[in-house]
Amino acid sequence: MTTTRRDFLTAAVTAAGAAVTPDLSHAHDHDHGHDHDHQVVPSDLTLRVKALESLLTEKGLVDRAALDALIDTYEHKIGPRNGARVVARAWADPAYKQRLLTNADAAIAEIGYGGLQGEHMVAVENTSNVHNMVVCTLCSCYPWPVLGLPPVWYKSAPYRSRAVIDPRGVLREFGLELSGDVEVRVWDSTAELRYLVLPERPAGSEHLSEEQLAALVTRDAMVGVAKVMPPQKEVTS
Amino acid sequence: MNGVHDMGGMHGMGAIQEEKNEPVFHEPWEGRLFALRRAMNAWGKWNIDGTRHEVELVPAAEYLRMSYYERHFAAFVELLIERGFVSQAEIETGNPAPDLPKKLPPLTVEKVAALVAKGVPTSRDVPVAPRFRTGQTVRGRNIHPAGHTRLPRYARGKLGTIERDHGVFVFPDTNAHFLGEKPQHVYSVRFAARELWGEQAAPKDSVYVNLWDDHLEPA
Repeated sequence: MTTTRRDFLTAAVTAAGAAVTPDLSHAHDHDHGHDHDHQVVPSDLTLRVKALESLLTEKGLVDRAALDALIDTYEHKIGPRNGARVVARAWADPAYKQRLLTNADAAIAEIGYGGLQGEHMVAVENTSNVHNMVVCTLCSCYPWPVLGLPPVWYKSAPYRSRAVIDPRGVLREFGLELSGDVEVRVWDSTAELRYLVLPERPAGSEHLSEEQLAALVTRDAMVGVAKVMPPQKEVTS
Repeated sequence: MNGVHDMGGMHGMGAIQEEKNEPVFHEPWEGRLFALRRAMNAWGKWNIDGTRHEVELVPAAEYLRMSYYERHFAAFVELLIERGFVSQAEIETGNPAPDLPKKLPPLTVEKVAALVAKGVPTSRDVPVAPRFRTGQTVRGRNIHPAGHTRLPRYARGKLGTIERDHGVFVFPDTNAHFLGEKPQHVYSVRFAARELWGEQAAPKDSVYVNLWDDHLEPA
C-alpha cells in the first residue's frame, strides 16, 4: 500500500542517519558557510543515492555518462552568467530590450539560451517606480537556462512563505530598503512560465561595454531581491 | 491539496539564510540525484506535475524538516516503485532481481545536450477558446481539491485582474493524476496586495499568479 511504503521510506530516509560509517562522515564539510538545518546525516544519503544509482544502472534504466553530462552542464555551463548577458544586451540595445519584454523566449534564444525549465520565459522590468521579484510558493520553479539551478534560500520555506505576504520585509533582509512610492510586484511561478527580472541599469555604467555591464549583474538582481550596484562600488553576489 | 508545500503567506518559517558563494550542489549525492531524476523522466512514465505532486505527498512534518534534495529523494524512490521501475525488495537490498532482461536507457549521453536545449514544453497548439479576457476582473475559485493543484490557497476567493493571456498549456491539476492534459489558457492574474493581505500591505503592491481557466470564475 502506497501510504505504508511512503511511511517506510520517509522513516528510512530520516532515521538511517544513526548507522553512519565514520570514514564517510567527512563528506559534509562546512567550508562554504553552508548553514541550513540538516537533521539527516548526509553521508547516509551518499550511500543511499549511490546504491540507487547502481541499481538503476544495472537494470539498464539510466546511462551513467548521461548523468555525468547533466551534472557537468548545471555545474559548469549553465548559470547566472547567462542571464547577465541577456540583461547587459537589453541595457546596451533598446531594440533588444523591447524584444525581450514582448517575446522573451525569442530574445533569449538570440543569445543562445533556452530549454529545460525555461521553455516559456517572461522578462519583467524594474524601473525607478516598479520593483519586481520572483518566487515559487508551491515548489521551487526557477529559470534554469538563464540563472542555473536555484540557491537553497530560494527553495526554502522562509522565502517561499514570506515573499508574497511581506515582500518589503524580505527585501530588507537582503539589504534592499524600498521607498513607499515604489510599487512592488511579486511574481509567483505557479505555472510553467519562468521569470527573469531585468534590473535597473546602475548610474555610472554609461561607458561600459556589454561585457563589462554583464560583469555587474548578479543572480540576486535577476531574481529581484537586489539591485545592480554602480560599477565603482564593490560588487558582491 | 492543502499541504504544507502551499506556504505562500504563512508565518513562523524563520529567517532567510543566504549563503555566500553557494555551490550548485552541496554534496555529490545531490548532483547524482538531480541527474537520476532527469534521466528517469526520459522514460515518459510520469510527468512534471506528477513528480511535483509526489513531493507534496511527503508527510508535512517530514517535508519541513528535510532539505530540498532529501524530499526529492523520498519522492523519487516512491515514484520508481509506483511505476514499476524497481521493487521495494530491490531498493532494500540494492540488487536487481535476477534474470530480468537489461533495458536500454532512453536518455543516453548524446541526447543530453538536446534535452537541456529544448526542454519539455507544456504549451499546446490546440484551439481552445479563452474563458477570460485581458482586463477582466476574476475571482480565484474557492476550491480545495485533495489532489494536486497549482491554485495557491492565498488566491482562493480573492479578486484579481487578468493581466495577460499566455496561451494554452497542459492543466497540472488533472495531468498530475494522469487524468489527461485538459489544455486551457494560462493567465497572469494580478491580485492587489491589499486584496490578499488586507490593510497591512502597501497600497500599490501586488502579487501576480499564473492561473488556468479552471482556477477562475467571473467576478
